[in-house]
Amino acid sequence: MDMKKVNTREGLETAEPLLRPRKTRFEESWGLLRRNRLAFTGLLIFVLFFATALTGLILTSGTEPYFDPSMVRLQEKLRPPLAKPNIDTLRPEEIPRLGVYLFGTDDLGRDVFSRMLQGAWVSLTVGFVAVGIAVLIGIFLGGIAGYFGKSSISIEHVLKALLLFMGTALLFSGRSYPGLVLLIMGIGWIIYPLAHKQVSGRGDMPLLLRVLHRKAILIDTLIMRAVDIMLCFPSFFLILTVVALLPASIYNIMIVIGLTSWMGATRFVRAEFLSLREQDFVTAARALGLTNLRIIFRHMMPNALAPVLVSATIGIATAILTEAGLSFLGFGVPPPHATWGNILSDGKRFIFDAPWLTFVPGFAILIVVLSFNLFGEGLRDIVNPKLRERH
Amino acid sequence: MISFIVRSIVQKIVTLFFVSVVSFLIIHLAPGEPSQVDPLNPKFTPEMVERFRQEFHLDKPLHIQYLYFYRDLFTGRTTSWKDNQSVLIKIWERFLNSLPLFIVGTILTWTLSFPIGIRSALFRGGAYDRGATFFSYLLISIPGFFFAYILIILVVTRFQVPVIGMQTFGLGSASLPTVIMDRIWHLLIPSVLGATAGIAVLSRYVRSQMLEVEGQDYIRTAKAKGLPPEQVHYKHALRNALLPFVTMFGLILPGLIGGSVIIESIFSWPGMGRMAYEAILARDYPIILTVNFLSAVLVLAGTFVSDVLYMVVDPRIRL
Repeated sequence: MDMKKVNTREGLETAEPLLRPRKTRFEESWGLLRRNRLAFTGLLIFVLFFATALTGLILTSGTEPYFDPSMVRLQEKLRPPLAKPNIDTLRPEEIPRLGVYLFGTDDLGRDVFSRMLQGAWVSLTVGFVAVGIAVLIGIFLGGIAGYFGKSSISIEHVLKALLLFMGTALLFSGRSYPGLVLLIMGIGWIIYPLAHKQVSGRGDMPLLLRVLHRKAILIDTLIMRAVDIMLCFPSFFLILTVVALLPASIYNIMIVIGLTSWMGATRFVRAEFLSLREQDFVTAARALGLTNLRIIFRHMMPNALAPVLVSATIGIATAILTEAGLSFLGFGVPPPHATWGNILSDGKRFIFDAPWLTFVPGFAILIVVLSFNLFGEGLRDIVNPKLRERH
Repeated sequence: MISFIVRSIVQKIVTLFFVSVVSFLIIHLAPGEPSQVDPLNPKFTPEMVERFRQEFHLDKPLHIQYLYFYRDLFTGRTTSWKDNQSVLIKIWERFLNSLPLFIVGTILTWTLSFPIGIRSALFRGGAYDRGATFFSYLLISIPGFFFAYILIILVVTRFQVPVIGMQTFGLGSASLPTVIMDRIWHLLIPSVLGATAGIAVLSRYVRSQMLEVEGQDYIRTAKAKGLPPEQVHYKHALRNALLPFVTMFGLILPGLIGGSVIIESIFSWPGMGRMAYEAILARDYPIILTVNFLSAVLVLAGTFVSDVLYMVVDPRIRL
């Protein structure tokens, strides 16, 4: 198959010798990835983990799961890995599917293998959703800061935002009447000029309105100050606080991790956009009269995404670690559901009697996080030619 | 330079103000109230709850509460809702407990990562370099709590020393060397844990800095004129590679108050992190907010120090 590919490529090269690069970008990146053994192993483990989590979700969910992670067998508690079940003491439906306890059982006699399978999906979704939220916020804010950063916000905008914000805050703190009034005032103020566009001439404005149109702050400055503010919070402590105050649920954790980790992505996208917007193809696109949206999403975004995706890969590793830490401290998915963190946390009382309860989830987290980190670092070398080691 | 300092101080104060507003809003807009922590406690009658709310201004609107809180904080009169002790004194006591962990951890980080990083850079691509690279990824990826249990199992079963807490309970009449060794064992493992991620990250950074400097023209010149390799590496290269690390002294400041929640709760170490964790569980808002505020102050002070240090060290920035 490989031979055939080479042949067709040669055929193409004779036809149009100079036009076509010898390798497409994807082929070149793939080749580089293959050569970086650590990163390639990382990718393989990542794919394996993805498949495991998916099959785990299918096999452990539903009312009659194939592997039941919450089946309690008190007579079989704390059996070591690969232990054979005592068939005599178990009812037929309690016998583990594999015939052995592959990873042992915990203090309630639940099969650790099934619980690990169930937990894999939690780790996977937390990692991806949290980082997805962070990257989306980052792209949005970073894109605005990088593309529209030079334009400024007038005092009018600040007042409008303040009205909306105060209205919502009042609404939430229980005083709905003044809140609603403020909200309606704010929305009205925003909609009114849109409806009467022709009225807003610039020269004959009264003094008050002209004050309102004074420039207050650059958009870029505003967003970057927001990033600075967020960076002041100790991140794990902030996440812990918010998760502890909110009702326990896996979605809250994803959202909170996402909302507290968008700063890196914002900075990356902004930096990329600042350099891209000065380039000729963007000027050309603007000269052709394309809309801002089209320039941003069709022309600039594909060029700006690479470093963001690299940092996202490493961000997933961090998010999985954070979730495991939260589960370990007892915040996180409510109890009957297993996560790797809470298997480890439940097992910590038995570290000397049943070390597998610590080692199995611990090594699972370690391997998955390591694979994400290695793959991400490999991607960084591939995306950034300056970092590439020359051979 | 003066104008830079003034400008950045003003900017940092504004940032600090917004941090205080945001953290206050996050805590107070979250569902639930501190007066509802223990609804099943029969002593918590409605009158008690009402008195509690009045005592801590919880019945006032949010912005008044905000003013009350930060007025108390700046005059040093904030008290914990749980036991009515002064928050600043409580934090100070816990801070003194966390301080040894921080100091030993920092010393470990800075003394280990430089030799590791420099050696990897000098023997780039060799077995040592690849080993160190893989090992540092391993240290970054290992969950702190898992690593803690590995170390506990190792130390307790091999060396037969107890490691939980700050010292072994009931060791009062033991001889002085035993007590000192006991304290060292208890201190060592949590500090090693606190230092692992730092060692991994910092040694990678040292390596890349060193590699960058080693590729410069003046290094080639130094080699070409026949200087011994030690002099080239340690006098010409290392001195220039060290430049960014001077500024990192500022960035370790926030670590002072961070205190790892997870490590301190595993080792029952009565430090800052554990206090913050207990405060979160008890919804003790003054402590949570004060810790948050202090750490924001330290982050800002840290960046400020590192900016100023950079200007002092690198004349190119001063212009």
